[in-house]
Amino acid sequence: MKINLSLAIALIMAILASLMAGRTWVPFDDWLSGDLASLIVMELRLPRACIGALVGAGLGMAGAAMQGYLRNPLADPGLFGVSSSAALGAVVSLFFGYAAQAWLLPLFALAGAAAGMAMLALLAGRSGSLVVFTLAGVILSSLTGALTSLMINLAPTPFASSEIVTWLMGALVDRSWDDFRIALSVVVAGMATLLWAARSLDALTLGETTARSLGVDMGRLQGLIVLGVGLTVGGTVAVAGIIGFVGLVVPHLVRPLVGHQPSALLVPSALAGALLVVVADSLVRILPSTAEVRLGIAMSVLGAPFFLLLLYKMRRELA
Amino acid sequence: MMGLTFENLTLSLRGRQILRGVSGAMQTGGVTAILGANGAGKSTLLACLSGLRVADGGIVALNGKGLATIAVRDRARLIGLLPQQPDIHWNINVRALVALGRLPHHGQWGRSEADDLAIAAALKATDTGHLADRAAQRLSGGEQARVLLARVLAGQPQWILADEPFASLDPAHQLDAAACLRTAARQGAGVVVVLHDLTQAARLADHLILMKEGSIVAAGPPSQVMTPEMLGQTYGVQVHVGADATGAPLIVPVARL
Repeated sequence: MKINLSLAIALIMAILASLMAGRTWVPFDDWLSGDLASLIVMELRLPRACIGALVGAGLGMAGAAMQGYLRNPLADPGLFGVSSSAALGAVVSLFFGYAAQAWLLPLFALAGAAAGMAMLALLAGRSGSLVVFTLAGVILSSLTGALTSLMINLAPTPFASSEIVTWLMGALVDRSWDDFRIALSVVVAGMATLLWAARSLDALTLGETTARSLGVDMGRLQGLIVLGVGLTVGGTVAVAGIIGFVGLVVPHLVRPLVGHQPSALLVPSALAGALLVVVADSLVRILPSTAEVRLGIAMSVLGAPFFLLLLYKMRRELA
Repeated sequence: MMGLTFENLTLSLRGRQILRGVSGAMQTGGVTAILGANGAGKSTLLACLSGLRVADGGIVALNGKGLATIAVRDRARLIGLLPQQPDIHWNINVRALVALGRLPHHGQWGRSEADDLAIAAALKATDTGHLADRAAQRLSGGEQARVLLARVLAGQPQWILADEPFASLDPAHQLDAAACLRTAARQGAGVVVVLHDLTQAARLADHLILMKEGSIVAAGPPSQVMTPEMLGQTYGVQVHVGADATGAPLIVPVARL
């Protein structure tokens, strides 16, 4: 609980700090003044920070749940293909130019995520088998990835294709409170679903047979995980595009601090994920680059070396 | 009818008959050992008894009630299963691992005083109290086996089903673990173990089930079942059946028949 409290305090401080980050300096006195300068803080930076926290929380918890479910510390919420199907949905809306209406893109992304979840459930069936399930996820993600490439390939105008490519990089630029509201309910519902599965994830520590003997229904657990990961990841992709590495790296960092127990990992991973995304998003804003570095790219650039370090450490441990 | 009974169980996997209409009954307060050559269907029978595998035909009943009709969570409270090679996937500490045995007992969150007492008792019974704060994956194989047994005991099940529980233990801890199971039986639990060591089975169990090719060839107290003829027929080996100085059985396979 101490770790949750410290992470929550750090997160609040990071959100406050992120309100100061940007090309324009807004004096504290003007934050609530209601004039143009306060709009920058209250209508641009605050929703952006809140969406960042929500996205990070969703990805962090989804990653922790996935790793617990698959009993694999290298599992990522993207593995099931839900994020790429959500992305495909968004890309479809960009392809047809529907995204002129701001609320249509997230809606298409959520529909894509839902279709992905339905396909996953259909492919994996009621067996609860991990191997079938993982393979179904891999197939789904390669299929949706291919269709996304096809969309870029066939884009009606160069503008549309560049818009698609840029969107796929993932970012929190120019998000509004509307986006936050759309994502909030979906991501929170997903996170609640994952928390519901926490005890079953603990039981899985001792393998499938023992978990079943302890009363875990593997089919039901699979349903909870698909729904929970689908909603959280679908919700985050809908407002931020694809942001990698958070779901992979955050549970890794937090795990030793909570005694490695899958259920104890869920909430701290959400808080740490939120913290990471808010901090990273503040950093990309103050970087002195001509064009702002897209958050999704920044996370990958930061994440890959981290992953390398992790592998190096694990190699020494295993050797 | 009280106890754990199975009637005419049949099971085929990929066209191969694993169980060919086996029947039997076991009572609480005693230890039953299931014996037989590799592939005789011992582990499959145990899986059917635990409710994790459903036979194609026949019925398993617990205290006269069909096992399939008992709610999964109630079943988990009544029957504790120790699989042959359980995995420990995360490096949780021993106390947290043993606490997993309490999962069927408490609600979505929180742990009661009864849980803590059961966990402490299980750690004590398996002589693993001093390991309670150690990381489970860092333990030796024998220590892990004892901790996993403690996990089953912590659930205080009416029935303990164990698949080769002594496989990775040194002689001293084999004796300890056997004593642990005996104590559980004396305190009223029903214990069912799959074993390979004939002497161990003869000394530990009150009741033996001898299996061959999916059928039960003999069932009864060790003195009746553990005969050179019966064991020869089951395993295809010549067996010396004797006793040590204290009169306890000593059964040694000598040669292939």
